[in-house]
Amino acid sequence: MRRRRTGRVVAGVASGLADHLGAPVFWVRAVFAGLAALSGVGIVAYALLWMFVPQSTVAEPETDKDRKEWQQAVGLAALGLGVAVFTGLIGGAASGWITGPIAVALVGAAVVWREADEAQRRRWKDGALGQGKTGIVRTVAGGALVLAGVAAFLVANDSVQNLSTVVLSVLATLIGVAVLTVPLWMRLVRDLDAERRARIRTEERAEIAAHLHDSVLQTLALIQKQSESPREVKRLARSQERELRSWLYGREVGEQPATMSVAIAQTCAEVEDQFAIAVSQVVVGDCELEDGMFALIQASKEAMVNAAKHAGVGEVSVYAEIEPDKVTVFVRDRGKGFDPDTVPEDRHGLAGSIRGRMDRHGGQVRLRTAPGEGTEVQLEMPRKTEART
Amino acid sequence: MSVRVFLVDDHALFRAGVRAELDNITDEVEVVGEAGGVGEAVAGIAHHKPDVVLLDVHMPDGGGAEVLRQIRTKIPEVTFLALSVSDAAEDVINVIRAGARGYVTKTISSQELVKAVVRVSEGDAVFSPRLAGFVLDAFADRPGAAPISDPELDLLTPRERDVLRLLARGYAYKEIASELFISVKTVETHVSSVLRKTQLSNRYELSRWATDRRLV
Repeated sequence: MRRRRTGRVVAGVASGLADHLGAPVFWVRAVFAGLAALSGVGIVAYALLWMFVPQSTVAEPETDKDRKEWQQAVGLAALGLGVAVFTGLIGGAASGWITGPIAVALVGAAVVWREADEAQRRRWKDGALGQGKTGIVRTVAGGALVLAGVAAFLVANDSVQNLSTVVLSVLATLIGVAVLTVPLWMRLVRDLDAERRARIRTEERAEIAAHLHDSVLQTLALIQKQSESPREVKRLARSQERELRSWLYGREVGEQPATMSVAIAQTCAEVEDQFAIAVSQVVVGDCELEDGMFALIQASKEAMVNAAKHAGVGEVSVYAEIEPDKVTVFVRDRGKGFDPDTVPEDRHGLAGSIRGRMDRHGGQVRLRTAPGEGTEVQLEMPRKTEART
Repeated sequence: MSVRVFLVDDHALFRAGVRAELDNITDEVEVVGEAGGVGEAVAGIAHHKPDVVLLDVHMPDGGGAEVLRQIRTKIPEVTFLALSVSDAAEDVINVIRAGARGYVTKTISSQELVKAVVRVSEGDAVFSPRLAGFVLDAFADRPGAAPISDPELDLLTPRERDVLRLLARGYAYKEIASELFISVKTVETHVSSVLRKTQLSNRYELSRWATDRRLV
């Protein structure tokens, strides 16, 4: 909801409300006037809406209808105020000596607030911050009215009861100042809010721009430079794709992995980058990282590295299944394969890095390979803590 | 007779690439039409009546699943193969549940794609390792899971599970057959029944799991 800037009589509250509700503005104003007659409820409601509903930023063109409605509205407002004062007098409880000064103070406040709206409008229109001569005159006049109202109220009360005059006058002054500065506070709060929102937006955009620049643009430049090497292009494209995906889905790169699936994904990524091969990984289930799992991941990495180095193919598939009582990892390639019996004694990769590591943590290794048939390393590690969920 | 294929993807460049590749490398498949959006796809498929539709999962206006919903009841004899760059489990499971006969990623080689198209046109289901992983995950028995309402549909048999595991490990049907000492035909039967279960299972885990999990 926004307060209207054209076709307004006091502050555009009624017309804004009418736009919001889709009701004829006449009826909205009539309701305000009617409520004003009920010991001023309408006036209070109007003032509250004035304070809390922001002014519209666009000015609609003025129409003839607006001018006709303006006369109607002035009539309604006068009627409402008249009835309010009249009922106040009849009620008798609030004598003219009290309602009179308060009414004067309220009119002063209305003048000041309206001027604040005007100032805001000018600011939107010309970008000028200065209030202009008439603005100052109006503000001063409004302030004077409020002060006069407050003073009259004090004088009136002083004659009725001269008890704690000081406290009363201090209180009245404070209220007067508060009423006068309401537009200022509201504008401050609103401007702060708008500014903060704008800043967050620009920061977000800057971050995205920076990220795309650091990653995607750099990679594209690299790809252009290395376009004669398809292997290298592929590697760059894959690692960039991976990085972009994890960024889009909110996973931080380089973050310490907390779960098995993330750790496996990271390990596969490292091997991909290091050896320029594709590692397609499928992980079923997930669990927290525990002791044996680090050994399992290291062993799987070694198996992937072996495949990358010796199999002579561009793709390795990794499948990990996490079950309540154990974790199994399969690392497989469709490359050369080998005869396990003919591996020279001095090659440690499989024996030390994989078998030894798994044995120490209570795991098992199985190997399926034959020359020409590819290689599959099956790693199995029992879980120490049972899954809770 | 060649398999008549219809392409649905919102990226024109990707469609052109697939079309060129398929036309070049084989006579087994023939691209009869293409569409770049849901409405266009529904009209085009109804008009051309292709054997297989290569369907992108991610599109504006509801994506592949929406195309499936609108076509499946009207022309049930058309088979769908989902082809996607998406890694998100819920996207994939959704189009499979809507009735696609298989799912392959866009990084698939053209030869593999042709094989997959021919296979689904013959009524077989095509699971990439990744899809096998998703389905295994969705049907996993977790302690504390909801009670199973229809064990016939909501559980995988041990054999089906074995087959899926080998699929997820990147095995071809032939290799699975020799590994499990069964015929390739039997492997196909198992895969088809897993697909049927994925599509029909009312296991509430399946949808909940898929939405819980943003990615795998």
